[in-house]
Amino acid sequence: MSSEIIHSEIKNKLLDLYQNNHEVLKNGSPDYINKIREKAIERFRELGLPDKKNENYKYTDLKKEFDNGYKTYLSPKNIKFDMKEIFSCDVPDLNTKVILLLNGWYYDRENLLTELPGGAIIGSFQKASEIYPELVKKHFAQYADIENEGSVALNTAFVKDGIFLFVPKGVIIEKPIQIINVLMDEEEGFTQHRNLYILEENSQASIVVCDHTLSASNFLTNSVAEFYVGQNAHLDYSRIQNEHNGSKQISHLFFHQERDSNVTANTISLHGGLIRNNISVHLDGEGCENNTYGLYLTDKGQHIDNHVFIDHAKPHCISNQLFKGVLDDFATGAFNGKILVRRDAQKTQAYQANNNILLTDDADIKTRPQLEIYADDVKCSHGATVGQLDENALFYMRARGINKKEAKLLLMYAFAHEIIQKIKVPALKDRITDLVEKRLRGELSRCNFCQMHCCNS
Amino acid sequence: MLSIKNLHANIESKEILKGINLEVKAGEVHAIMGPNGSGKSTLASVLAGRELFTVTEGKVTYQGKDLFELSPEERASEGIFLGFQYPIEIPGVSMVNFMKTAVNEQRKHRGLEPLSSSDFLKLMREKKELVELDSNLTNRSVNEGFSGGEKKRNEIFQMAMLEPKLAILDETDSGLDIDALRIVANGVNKLKSPYNASIVITHYQRLLDYIVPDFVHVLYDGKIIRSGGKELAFELEEKGYDWLKKGIVV
Repeated sequence: MSSEIIHSEIKNKLLDLYQNNHEVLKNGSPDYINKIREKAIERFRELGLPDKKNENYKYTDLKKEFDNGYKTYLSPKNIKFDMKEIFSCDVPDLNTKVILLLNGWYYDRENLLTELPGGAIIGSFQKASEIYPELVKKHFAQYADIENEGSVALNTAFVKDGIFLFVPKGVIIEKPIQIINVLMDEEEGFTQHRNLYILEENSQASIVVCDHTLSASNFLTNSVAEFYVGQNAHLDYSRIQNEHNGSKQISHLFFHQERDSNVTANTISLHGGLIRNNISVHLDGEGCENNTYGLYLTDKGQHIDNHVFIDHAKPHCISNQLFKGVLDDFATGAFNGKILVRRDAQKTQAYQANNNILLTDDADIKTRPQLEIYADDVKCSHGATVGQLDENALFYMRARGINKKEAKLLLMYAFAHEIIQKIKVPALKDRITDLVEKRLRGELSRCNFCQMHCCNS
Repeated sequence: MLSIKNLHANIESKEILKGINLEVKAGEVHAIMGPNGSGKSTLASVLAGRELFTVTEGKVTYQGKDLFELSPEERASEGIFLGFQYPIEIPGVSMVNFMKTAVNEQRKHRGLEPLSSSDFLKLMREKKELVELDSNLTNRSVNEGFSGGEKKRNEIFQMAMLEPKLAILDETDSGLDIDALRIVANGVNKLKSPYNASIVITHYQRLLDYIVPDFVHVLYDGKIIRSGGKELAFELEEKGYDWLKKGIVV
């Protein structure tokens, strides 16, 4: 009973926050955005935030996480930040342009939109919604599930800034685009960035997103990203989550795929107090391929919850899901993977696997593969394993002189390797290999050393 | 080098080794033969430090040290090598990384600097030739997808890389065709020196056509019931084990 009161309180607090800042929120956003904003807050009023009674949030109580009193800023807060100073540890100067979000706001306020070769555009979502209304209107809030997801409705109601990427028809962006989400503030902060990626037909892009905390304060992020992947377009998306233990991150990715498109999304959760990843894929044309992969390495009291939903709406599509995790100490986690094959989606091939290694008796993972199939000519499989390190392999290595600790590391690394090798950008693969090794060795306590240079080469 | 006295060992409170005595000196090759289930592999595992088995009685001294005081990795670094009857597949761990870690961990134990990458690769090339190991195999994960023969050859390759003082080869010949057997045996013979010793565990006499033992021991029901020279192996080949079993007073 008492928890119910807290929960409606947090909903009311957020509704008040909206009401009291109504004008500030609307200010600077075009009408078409504000219309959706209004709808979203009404939907949020009905939905609220999910708690553990919600089947999809059984293992992560979101409501509780939002009830923290963290500050949220409705315009960019001026924070002294010297990119070079912070990120110059490994390589003296960066040779590729890095896109930075600072506490959810596009950092480079002088150049809010940048044109890339071939007419592609990258920059601030807020600015783009003003400069390219037709484009943004066509896709914004079209793929994100505002109807059923309270936290998505909330994000939409508060939409301000984030990343905007537009790749026009037939344009191929050769170099990976690197985006860094930095959280840095002396105060505890609540951030909700909103991102829109549009890849028109026959275009190609590769995106690397890194999430970091650069100050010790507690943070909560509730982010949403929508991806429109047009006919025969190719998107390669890698995400590296590397935040400190005082951070809580709720991330929603919505992929909308048109005919013959190809998406690979790889989420590497290296570090973070609480991470909830919602990845939703809508295969809305024939001949699509989707690969959704994830690796999570957790220890101490960390919590990771990956929730994947693949909607096979059209025939002849292929989807592959592979999530692997290593949980140490008393870390907890959940994996929920749902594949929906609609009646018309004949000749679907959908595969899913989730493998976990628990290093201690106190670590805990809940894994729940779900298949819902309404078509009769399909190939689907799912499987989940939870186990320990292979004792036979450990002994084999020790019998060659490799000490127990090192042998365990080699085995954990080998386990993670399957995901890492699926990363397509070679420089990023090397970087992540290194990071994962450091993480498994317990050397990854500070995060501002390397990730910035993921794609330099 | 190795002295085993009255060794008893259990698995899940079932006694497998029931009082083994064996002395191995540098430069010697010992063959241990015996029917299935007599405890041959258990003996090898206990010597290598497998925790699955509990030693209940007896003493093993290796180069003057109490063997049971040493962890499996310490034993390996002190020069004990176990050639596995069933080598383990380790997907995701490359042969190169595995061997490099093993070689350098052992060097560290002996107070030596780690090998440089180029020296390591040179050593690998050399030893691969010695055991006629297909170059592609070392580019793969440890034993993953190797055929039975390749796995066994890989064991000998690892032995060549690590240059042990005491090699214990657990049925390295099982599942090998004659060519593979010859190569494996060649590897073992080339590594033989007055400073090291081998214990060759085998089911069949045919391996001993290639590796000539100085001593042959027959293990039966957890005990060595007969020891002799290489001629004992021929006798076994001819008569089987039954004539020996009959001689035991139970």
